[in-house]
Amino acid sequence: MAYFTQQLINAITLGAIYGLIAIGYTMVYGIIGMINFAHGEVFMIGAFISLIGFMICNLLGIGSAPVAIVLVLLIAMAFSSVYGWAVERTAYRPLRGSFRLAPLISAIGVSIALQNYVQLVQGARPKPGGQVVSGGFTLFSADGFDVRVSWLQIIIVVVTLVLMAGFTWLIARTSLGRQQRACEQDMRMAALLGVDVDRTISLTFVLGAALAAVAGMLFLLYYGVIDFFIGFLAGIKAFTAAVLGGIGSLPGAMLGGLLIGLIEVFWAGYFSSEYKDVAVFAILVLVLIFRPTGLLGKPEIEKV
Amino acid sequence: MATLIEVEHLSMRFGGLVAVDDISFTGQPRQITAIIGPNGAGKTTVFNCITGFYKPTIGRLTLHGDRDYLLERMLGHEIGQRARVARTFQNIRLFPAMTVLENLMVAQHNKLMAASGMSIFGLLGLARWRTAEARAVELARAWLERIDLVDVADRPAGELPYGAQRRLEIARAMCTEPRLLCLDEPAAGLNPRESADLNKLLVSIRDLDGIGVLLIEHDMSVVMNISDHIVVLDYGRKIAEGDPAAIQRDPAVIRAYLGTDESGDDA
Amino acid sequence: MVGPRLPAMLKDAGLTTLVAAALGIFIVGFRTVDVGSRTGLGFDYEFADLGVALVVIFVGRFGLSLASIGLRWPAIALGAVMAAVGASPLELPSGFLHWFVVLGGVLLAIRAAWPWANQAFATAVATPGGRALDRLAAKWIGVLMLGFALVLPALPFADQKTMDLGVLILTYVMLGWGLNIVVGLAGLLDLGYVAFYAVGAYAYALLSTQHGLGFWAVLPLAGMFAATFGVLLGFPVLRLRGDYLAIVTLGFGEIIRLVILNWVDFTNGPAGIGSIPGPTLFGAVFAETAPAGKQTVAEMLGIPFDSNQRLIFLYYIILVLALVTNLFTQRMRALPVGRAWEALREDETACKALGINPTNTKLTAFAIGAMFAGFAGSFFAAKQRFISPESFTFIESAIILAIVVLGGMGSQIGVVLAAILLIGLPEWFRDLGNYRMLAFGLAMVLIMVFRPRGLIAHREPSIRLHPVASGGSG
Repeated sequence: MAYFTQQLINAITLGAIYGLIAIGYTMVYGIIGMINFAHGEVFMIGAFISLIGFMICNLLGIGSAPVAIVLVLLIAMAFSSVYGWAVERTAYRPLRGSFRLAPLISAIGVSIALQNYVQLVQGARPKPGGQVVSGGFTLFSADGFDVRVSWLQIIIVVVTLVLMAGFTWLIARTSLGRQQRACEQDMRMAALLGVDVDRTISLTFVLGAALAAVAGMLFLLYYGVIDFFIGFLAGIKAFTAAVLGGIGSLPGAMLGGLLIGLIEVFWAGYFSSEYKDVAVFAILVLVLIFRPTGLLGKPEIEKV
Repeated sequence: MATLIEVEHLSMRFGGLVAVDDISFTGQPRQITAIIGPNGAGKTTVFNCITGFYKPTIGRLTLHGDRDYLLERMLGHEIGQRARVARTFQNIRLFPAMTVLENLMVAQHNKLMAASGMSIFGLLGLARWRTAEARAVELARAWLERIDLVDVADRPAGELPYGAQRRLEIARAMCTEPRLLCLDEPAAGLNPRESADLNKLLVSIRDLDGIGVLLIEHDMSVVMNISDHIVVLDYGRKIAEGDPAAIQRDPAVIRAYLGTDESGDDA
Repeated sequence: MVGPRLPAMLKDAGLTTLVAAALGIFIVGFRTVDVGSRTGLGFDYEFADLGVALVVIFVGRFGLSLASIGLRWPAIALGAVMAAVGASPLELPSGFLHWFVVLGGVLLAIRAAWPWANQAFATAVATPGGRALDRLAAKWIGVLMLGFALVLPALPFADQKTMDLGVLILTYVMLGWGLNIVVGLAGLLDLGYVAFYAVGAYAYALLSTQHGLGFWAVLPLAGMFAATFGVLLGFPVLRLRGDYLAIVTLGFGEIIRLVILNWVDFTNGPAGIGSIPGPTLFGAVFAETAPAGKQTVAEMLGIPFDSNQRLIFLYYIILVLALVTNLFTQRMRALPVGRAWEALREDETACKALGINPTNTKLTAFAIGAMFAGFAGSFFAAKQRFISPESFTFIESAIILAIVVLGGMGSQIGVVLAAILLIGLPEWFRDLGNYRMLAFGLAMVLIMVFRPRGLIAHREPSIRLHPVASGGSG
């Protein structure tokens, strides 16, 4: 029981990170129907900017962890957003109206380019860092096993919850959210009604990138080491989360992230850690085969 | 004359929306049966049910061919392959990068597939395959002559003018050698001359090829000139059925097209 | 002409530079390096590099604006100046920046001259003579390339390095042709193609090292295994929409790699499989001394041993395998299945309406593509004599896909050109090695944006009603 609880706590932490990335996939898919394959790389860049940010804070002598975290969070969100914006502007926008698979191929190109760009300018070796928060407390002990919750885990879950709440509010209540939903329904009609479609799509990428950057920072804090390749696996897992939850659905992305976290952690904890990624990929394949609309997605009617 | 297609109590719901509500009608061989009605009346939905793109919520669709085919139980492509129901689309769906001739060859896929021995005879270049291919090309050429596109046979279909694409799509459907041909607004976007040519083509398909035609059309000059039988839909229901003359006099049809005059007839 | 627009153009260039600065300030400006102290990481500040890069971007963007309002000569001149500055012995913070400045200048000049070149080319092709030449070129370029490939080992410059490169390029040509069936003809975006390559490679590695089977016995088996995998994996997923299919195939590719990596008892895991025997010629081996009971090729032919013989033999094997792939594909294109592949790529709904079974048709494309990857994989294992899961990562699939996309989806000659460009060039210019994958990714984006139909966009009909005077097949 104690072991189970500990795994559950770890799973929720990991699921929160996946959920944050998954929102970016799901929003972009919802609005322009493309898989933003490069989204995982934006997450990776967010993690790198966070790492550099923490090091700069250290140099500047900002010793207070909460101040450093908030500062770095804002910097990472702001500067990763520029990546999200620039990628959409240069690699995707010119392809609207091109053939069906063009945006996806372009996105794969962006993903490869960004990975190698970071490898070139930052080096290929894993980067340790981000040991900003340490410590925690013992929740309870049973069977000679201490169930521990670290402060970091609490920070991760709280940051995720706050952001997701804010985000849900943004989509549900503001004019940006309304415009986004209008574009999802019918882009041409939205444009006729005076919605600036280009701007709305840009903002969608910016928001997705900002959330991915948060996930990148939390990932850095949680694992304490990053490299240029983390975006690939995390990206696919988050995409799996988005599909599992029902692509296009925001609550679905959060639920999917949580489930993927649970599956990964429990698979590693109870079966074998070698095959935990296989388990996630298998989930992706199985969901797409048997329930391509996911748990909370709406079915699509083929128009003939 | 034996009935070709029998639509019985067909209903189609999408979530809460009832697109087609308990429609029954029949289509005969060597006849053009038109399905007309205002926009959103459910005409294309009926077609999509007949050709297997939608599974009807309720209803039975029977095609009487060499045996009886229950269309609602068949997979999309089986309806073309076995029951031999061919169709065209409201927004033309050719294979644009492929040539005109290739479009007609693709239509003869199942026949040629068998002749090519699942590609094995074809890869070996056996005589059996070569004669079958030559025959397929001849069929295609015959159709190109009928629709007057022989000269452009080797041009990509996507480069043809609009009217020619419409004709080609019909020829492509005919190259599957269907028992029933379903045409979804074939006259849409055509000028009066092209429209008149289309009339001739459809009449020749009925009289020369001797198959049954189901026709969705808004252009009344086409419908009234060539239809043998007309089914009128409105809001997913059948409101009238009969020959062109009868339909033109039918008060329910007039009401549907011209709007309801509340003070006059009963609603 | 420039006067009134100048402020706007400068503003645009400034904004672009600002965005680039925001992109680069952290990631490029602060290079994290191991310093070995307690914290582990320190900074190398690269602001000089960043600054130069930003200047290049500002000038480049301004030049593009000039070109876009019709001032092409000034833009070309600007590009030339940039290239000259980059190539000059001027002191720049790093060697890479020289390249960056030169490349920026050259790209600007090309972009500025592009409309002219394009137009000139279009008018030339539109003339009857040009059209005939175009067709002739399409026909003869293939023959010329084939002739060159056949005599390459006999040419004076064909040293070991060249032959190695030839084998490498041909391997990718074969993989490109195989994937072209799936992506180019059938329009199915397969991101896990390398999995079938891995199946073929491991099939040969395991059957030869553990059961003593020879290359020629395993080759067909490997193709069959890979095709079977293709059918098994393809059957459940081929009805999915394009982009979902892409992700699922990516998932399958990774699953197969991870299984190979972790099923140590069967595949020897990350350590890989070594001492895989090479292919034999009529039972004779390529080695200086033959193992017991075998004969070396040199002995059999009565010629002196030369280590290059093995390489030349491998070269001709992959050449023949690649040609078989090509001929088979050309043949299939003119058969009903092949036409149905292309029709499916064009419009699946229309195919269904014509009574074509989409799943079966896609499955044949998938299985045949997989089969050729299996052949290529066997060859790869026999050539390398050592394989490990590292050779079968997603990036390998992406490279093959890039070859197909750059070549022009469905074009056989295009695949060859793209393989030479993407595999050959980076190998020749070793300096560029590190930047190869970066260039790869950027190339994929640029092709999609500027030339989505690839280098060779021409599609030759699979059948003609009216024979063409000069003939020709591409």
